[in-house]
Amino acid sequence: MAIDVNGKTVDLDEEGYLTDLKDWNEDVAKVLASQDEIELTESHWEVVKFLRDYYDEYQIAPAVRVLTKAIGKKLGKDKGNSKYLYELFPYGPAKQACRFAGLPKPTGCI
Amino acid sequence: MLHTVNKSPFQTNSLETCLRFARASHSVLLFEDGIYGALKGTRLESLITDSLKSYSIYVLVPDVEARGMRIGDVIDGVKPVDYAGFVDLAAENTVQAWL
Amino acid sequence: MEDEVIKKFLYVNRKAPYGTIYALESLEVVLIGAAFDQDVSLAFIDDGVYQLKKDQKTSVDSGIGMKDFSKTYLALGDYDVNKIYVDKASLDERGLTADDLMELVYEDEDDDYKEKSSISIVNQDELALLMEQQDVVLSF
Repeated sequence: MAIDVNGKTVDLDEEGYLTDLKDWNEDVAKVLASQDEIELTESHWEVVKFLRDYYDEYQIAPAVRVLTKAIGKKLGKDKGNSKYLYELFPYGPAKQACRFAGLPKPTGCI
Repeated sequence: MLHTVNKSPFQTNSLETCLRFARASHSVLLFEDGIYGALKGTRLESLITDSLKSYSIYVLVPDVEARGMRIGDVIDGVKPVDYAGFVDLAAENTVQAWL
Repeated sequence: MEDEVIKKFLYVNRKAPYGTIYALESLEVVLIGAAFDQDVSLAFIDDGVYQLKKDQKTSVDSGIGMKDFSKTYLALGDYDVNKIYVDKASLDERGLTADDLMELVYEDEDDDYKEKSSISIVNQDELALLMEQQDVVLSF
């Protein structure tokens, strides 16, 4: 699989995750989101950027319960709950948001 | 608890570490290249003999014979087992495999 | 999940981090297993203690050709993996002390989310006892 972003071809694996994490930029995220019929709002970006920071620090995409807890700590309790996160990312806050963030599928997601 | 070791003591320290953590109610089983640790006349013999005072050590006979050794070459007190005996030990205990 | 029996799992790590795939595999299994709400402990023995050495430089750009997974140990606390036992004799014979290890911490929910160390340096009797208490021991 591959997508076209501003004339550049970006390769994806069979589940739609970037094959090379270095291919990521915000436009890539927008294209991936539009495929899922999502327009990225500030609230989405907040989570996407959180995930990228988490990956940078720990070299791992967090499992959903880890993500929920950590978001709550960093961005406040009103955001650190599955309802809020599932509204933003209906296909699963960890799986879908990691995909938009250009990260691998979360470790511990089953 | 059953400890298993399948590497030669001359290749890795698995056997020595295993014996460091084995305790009175435990058993140790040597198989594959681990059987070299059960033989007479090696650097490990006194360690094995001492350990036998506290717990049982078993050796898998087909792996001994496959390597050109005989039961007579095994340190006295080490108990020979066949595959069925190995399976029984593994079924009766929590297994700790020293890789 | 409420009425499921919680089993005690011990992961025993005895290999240095990069020469073989054992360390990385173990870490991945631990993180995946953490989703199952079991009672998880990790033991680091022999060369396994090198996995926890701080200041590892293994970024993709460093050229050693391995994923930079040493940082991932720092996430174990987030995954509620906070019982990490290090064999003192293994540290001693390698000239290492607790100060050479990464600071792995977790937040104790039962104590006002206070940050606490996940690492215990233990002697072989304590580790032997820990092994005896397990339902499952997984070796790497």
